Parts: sequence; structure tokens; C-alpha cells
Amino acid sequence: MTMFQGYLRKDGRKGIRNIIVVIYLVECAHHVARTIVQKSGHADVHLIGFPGCYPSEYANRLMTNLATHPNVGGCLLVSLGCESFDRDTLQEAILASGRPCELLVIQNCGGTIGTVTAGIEAITRLREAAANPELVPLDYADLVIGTICGGSDGTSGITANPAVGHAFDYLVAQGASCIFEETGELIGCEDVMAKRTANPEVRAAVYDAVKKAEVYYRTLGYGSYAPGNADGGLTTIEEKSLGAYAKSGSSDIQAVLKLGERPAQGGLYLLDIVPDGQIPMGFPNINDTAEIVEMIASGCHMILFTTGRGSVVGSAISPVIKICANPDTYMRMAGDMDINAGQILLGQASIAQTGAEIISCIENTVKGVPTLSEAMGHQEFILTYKSL
Amino acid sequence: MKNLIWLHPNDNVAIAAASIAAGEIVAVDSQEIVCRAPISLGHKIAIRNLCSGDKVLRYGEIIGVMTENAHAGDHVHLHNMRSAYTPSHHRGHQ
Repeated sequence: MTMFQGYLRKDGRKGIRNIIVVIYLVECAHHVARTIVQKSGHADVHLIGFPGCYPSEYANRLMTNLATHPNVGGCLLVSLGCESFDRDTLQEAILASGRPCELLVIQNCGGTIGTVTAGIEAITRLREAAANPELVPLDYADLVIGTICGGSDGTSGITANPAVGHAFDYLVAQGASCIFEETGELIGCEDVMAKRTANPEVRAAVYDAVKKAEVYYRTLGYGSYAPGNADGGLTTIEEKSLGAYAKSGSSDIQAVLKLGERPAQGGLYLLDIVPDGQIPMGFPNINDTAEIVEMIASGCHMILFTTGRGSVVGSAISPVIKICANPDTYMRMAGDMDINAGQILLGQASIAQTGAEIISCIENTVKGVPTLSEAMGHQEFILTYKSL
Repeated sequence: MKNLIWLHPNDNVAIAAASIAAGEIVAVDSQEIVCRAPISLGHKIAIRNLCSGDKVLRYGEIIGVMTENAHAGDHVHLHNMRSAYTPSHHRGHQ
């Protein structure tokens, strides 16, 4: 069943947006890249980047996936010149995917002013080269959709999360690929989750992923739990987890994905965000945006973001749909919330009805209608060090 | 009478669907409970007497362990329960 249209990329994948990304390859190039984006003045030009000067296999893998994401039509790389990031390999991968890509090295382009001037010209060329990609039929089987919760409270696991679970069940039944993640917020859910695995290998992978997360967070001294969770009535990580888990719906879990890995076919997937082995770096993901970026690097065309306390973030590259769990928060922040799941708590809508509203919002987003965060220019992005 | 959400028949806590003042009477499972402390929307209230060491159940699953005794109607939160996994942290209580 064909319901939508998408942008056909040369690698055969289909996008729902046609974004030009400007990518800084070290923090030292951040201001120049940001100035190019601001001066270009186009809403479809997004800024992403990696701040570190030391090499990172994780950053290489994720940046390559992000730059060749189906929502991306072309790339401008901005390098200072002396950092470690392997810009040539990245540019080759982008060009090999059939996308236009230009590279500016600040130290060879006359510094800030020269590079900004060259960058604005490059954006004009890249937008022309990426304009009017072939539109082809797109259906649910072409879509990858992720979910995350941020600023969770005691209502999240009763309203917005089960409503997303309802939407996920529908999406999986239609052939879409759906990803849930943050194994540190599935601690305490391992037994209930294991009952939903497609086979014994996946069952073992689920137990391994949650055990690894539990050891990792315990070693670091803090669970994936913030003061706002406590203010909102969540007392323990396992209470938060059981609410977060409801986002996954009731489909069988097909596989546990590693970082940067994409779903092989439609179905429900768990993204294992915790590095293997020893603990050489800090927290697996330092904030919600780091999780969103990883899901986009696993191919997500859009993200369903549930919040109780009230988050405002969107994202570069892929639209974010905000689903508010708490009716009081919705009253305070309605302008940021695409869906009011707090109505479930007030008895004004069922979980199924709210799930249907989420599906309707997903379909509008696929058709090009901006989400609220997208319309307000939210393009949050962060990529930092992590071991693989 | 304010509404409590009792998510599973095995649960020994319920969730406030709106903020509740101390002294208010709330109903759950055809039982009336006097709320012994102010409870904010989304927070937990004990629906039976609990002892230190009791497992706390929500969604029919274990969400932590009581660290103090509590009466039916008491607020159940960081002051009287803990995680069985990693400790919870709060601003000023780190």
C-alpha cells in the first residue's frame, strides 16, 4: 500500500526531508560553520558537527551515517585543518552515496572571513545540486521511526508512553521499522522484555544489554535518572524504566542493534546504546539529544519524543514529534507539544485514541508538514566521544 | 473525591491523577483512603500499610523497596523507598 511520496536517494533509500548539512569537524571550526548556516538564511540548511580533536571510530561511523541519511541531500564539511577527523574518508563516503559534498579547510581559505564567504557560495551550489530530487512512492515499509522519552514524570508511563506503544504496534503491523533505546532506562524490565523476543539469541542479547547498562551506570555512580524525574513523582530507576518501556508497545523484538546499525527489515528493534567492554569514557549518552542523534544515525526518519516535565528539543536532520504526558505541563507549554497525551489522565481520550492521533501526526510529518519544534527552528545536535 | 490511578491489582501504591491536599479522602478499588500528606500529580500514595523492606509494586512489577514503614495514605517517594539497582539522586541530595 502506497500512501506517501519520498525523495529517492542514489543508494535506494527514501527520505522525507531534503536537508543540506554543514558539518564542523572540530570545535575550532564550529563558529565558522555556524556563521555559514546563519548567513545562508535557509531553514533547510542544518548545522551538525563533532567537537573533539582526537580520532574517534564512533564519531567517524555516526558522522558517515548522518551525512548519508536519507533526509540529507548534500553536505558542506568545515575543517580547521589540523584536527584528527578523517575528512577525506568522510567526503569520499558522501560522494560515493551520490550526494554533492564540498570541503572547506579554514587554514587554507583565508581564515574566518574567507571561509564564511566561500561557505555561503558553496551552500548556493549544494542547494542547486540537491534541489528537486526524484519523488517516488513511499510507504510504511520504507520508514524507520525511533522513540525517546525526556523529562519523564509519574504520568509518562500512564499516558504518552503507552500511547506511543500503541502507535508502534500499528507501525510495525504496517511494515515500518521501529527503534526504542536507552537500555539504562530498561533496567528492571529485562524479564518482561525477554518474553517478547523473537528467538533465544535475541532474548540473550536483551539480557546482556540491560545487564551491561546496569553495571555501567552503577560504576559511574548515577542511574539514568534526573532531579526532574524525582520532582515528577518517579522514585527509582526501575519505576522510570517500566514507564519508559511502555513506548515499545507489544510487538516481538526482532534484534538488538549496535550503534550505527540500521534495521535489516520492518519490525521492532532495541538500540543498545551502552559501549561494550571496559568503561573508558563517561556516561553512555549525556543528554536526550545524544540519544536522538544515535537513532537518526540508525536511519530514523523521525523521532517520537514523550515528555512529562516538558522538553522543547527538536533535532537536526529528522523531525521530532513531541508527545506531552502531563496535562498540567501541556497547559504551560502547549506551543511545544504536538500531541496532548495528558488528556488520557483526565479521562478525555483513551490510549488507543491518542495513539491514533500520533499516527495522524506521523503521516502529516511524512507529507512535509513541519512539527512544532521543526517550525520553531529547533535543530539541536550533539556528538561526543564514545567507545564502540 | 479526587481520582487515583491504580494500574494493576497487585499494586500497593496508586498514582495521583491530580494534586491532592493532606486530609482529602481519595478512593481506590472501592476503598476510601485519607491522604496523609500533599500528593502532586503523578506521585505515588500507599494504598495499604507498608513495612520497611516491602517491595513496592506499580504496573504489577517491582519498582523498589521500602526503607521505612508507611501507612495507607502516605506519600511514597525518595524519603521512604529506594531502588534495588542504582540509587536515585536529587539536587542537593547528591
